[in-house]
Amino acid sequence: MFNTSDIWETLRMIDHQKLDVRTITMGISLFNCVTDDEKLLCSRVYTRIARQAERLVEVGRAIEREYGVPIVNKRISVTPAALISGGIKHPEKLALALDSAAKETGVDFIGGYSALVHKAMTEADMRLIQSIPEALATTDLVCSSINIGSTRAGINMDAVRLMGQIVKQTAERTGDRDGLGCAKLVVFCNAVEDNPFMAGAFHGPGEGDCAVSVGVSGPGVVKVALEKVRGEPINVVAETVKRTAFQITRVGQLVAMEASRRLGVPFGIVDLSLAPTPAVGDSVAAILEEMGLECCGTHGTTAALALLNDAVKKGGVMASSNVGGLSGAFIPVSEDSGMIHAAEVGALSLDKLEAMTCVCSVGLDMIAIPGDTSAETIAAIIADEAAIGMVNNKTTAVRVIPAPGRREGDVVEFGGLLGHAPVIPVNRCSPAEFISRGGRIPAPLHSLRN
Amino acid sequence: MNEMRKAVVSVLGNDQRGIIAKVTRVLYEHDVNILDLSQTILSGLFSMVMMVDVSSEHCDFDSVSRELSALGEELGLQIRIQRGEIFDAMHHI
Repeated sequence: MFNTSDIWETLRMIDHQKLDVRTITMGISLFNCVTDDEKLLCSRVYTRIARQAERLVEVGRAIEREYGVPIVNKRISVTPAALISGGIKHPEKLALALDSAAKETGVDFIGGYSALVHKAMTEADMRLIQSIPEALATTDLVCSSINIGSTRAGINMDAVRLMGQIVKQTAERTGDRDGLGCAKLVVFCNAVEDNPFMAGAFHGPGEGDCAVSVGVSGPGVVKVALEKVRGEPINVVAETVKRTAFQITRVGQLVAMEASRRLGVPFGIVDLSLAPTPAVGDSVAAILEEMGLECCGTHGTTAALALLNDAVKKGGVMASSNVGGLSGAFIPVSEDSGMIHAAEVGALSLDKLEAMTCVCSVGLDMIAIPGDTSAETIAAIIADEAAIGMVNNKTTAVRVIPAPGRREGDVVEFGGLLGHAPVIPVNRCSPAEFISRGGRIPAPLHSLRN
Repeated sequence: MNEMRKAVVSVLGNDQRGIIAKVTRVLYEHDVNILDLSQTILSGLFSMVMMVDVSSEHCDFDSVSRELSALGEELGLQIRIQRGEIFDAMHHI
């Protein structure tokens, strides 16, 4: 086991290539808190989370110290709030309880102010969705996600229309912070129940009482590995990514097993996603450029991203006993220095980003659009993205920020891991009539595929 | 006798007198046993990796870790101790 060059390689990955575990996320079921008494529900939820996650941050820090691998975030995901708030009239009170519980435990974010409305909405779903702008404006750590479509159910266009308005209202309610509320709001198609990454994490109804999952990271490590195979054929690139993804994932698996043991909570999954941060050397765009593209967003980007996404999965699957979540490559524009640069020089458009989401793990993520973008246009962006997910049997998502008062070319600053983003133009022709129809797009046929 | 718990101590920085003496003194004071050691100097850069056993009941991992980091700061070196499993996981199936 004692091989000094292996040891130095690992240390280099941590010190210079930003190898880290992006998140340890504890999923907590809140079904046992259900009651129609608003105060009681909130106090039960608070107590349940505060007790269950009491040691999460402490254990995360201890693992970080002992193994010498940074664990950037400690997070909590809970049962979609709409599923437990059917008996109360003001779900935003529940958001406040979630926020206080998250602060009590010291985690970075709590996800699960969510509703699953891919086929239709219950009254509770409707109340929850309508409370999102208020909930995200009055809390600090709560994240919200709504699933509006799936391959089996089709796309709920009433929910899509509503979410266009909600995204807009959320931006306006947090207008003093450039619409920061929208950074905590994701609209999904085919949402997964065990995703440990924010803002889309929730603890699905098919999960158990509690589980810890880990999201790995490491775009910098992949980029450096590819620097060593410059000029080689593309299959060598794929093999190199696979090998590197394997190593990164093994760290995630180790941390997940150790966290599970120390917390006395079952191990959920390892999410194999390459998640960038705004720090230099931690960029997914830089990997694509290392493959030979002058700038991310140019022709060839989709092909390069498809290769990357697939090779990450292939390498990671063997390294972990349970793979889940979103697993692939993330392309959040404001959180990736290479994507920011590509958007600034005009190489990366909304249309190209949409094409890229056909082959990567999520969707249109952390994109600032003009503040005067209409709710219908936002709804239509959501519908397009959901259609890609529905037809291709994959998760897609939209997290756009219509920054109030900002125009194309302005820069929106979110701070910290959320980074900054240049405002990208949207198509100015109106989809309003299409969106106003409402109804449901039927589930797609899955034979006769072409 | 406890089951062995392996950890890796790594030291990197400008060479100077007494590095090994000072590092091993900290380990000795915490009842850490050295199992294997590899040390080289490449163009004035001192690099050392030690495989150690931290299973002794007199050994508190966090204190060893703190004292080694403090020593590192004092000597202008990067010194750290990490549980061995991480290296094993990344490089062996």
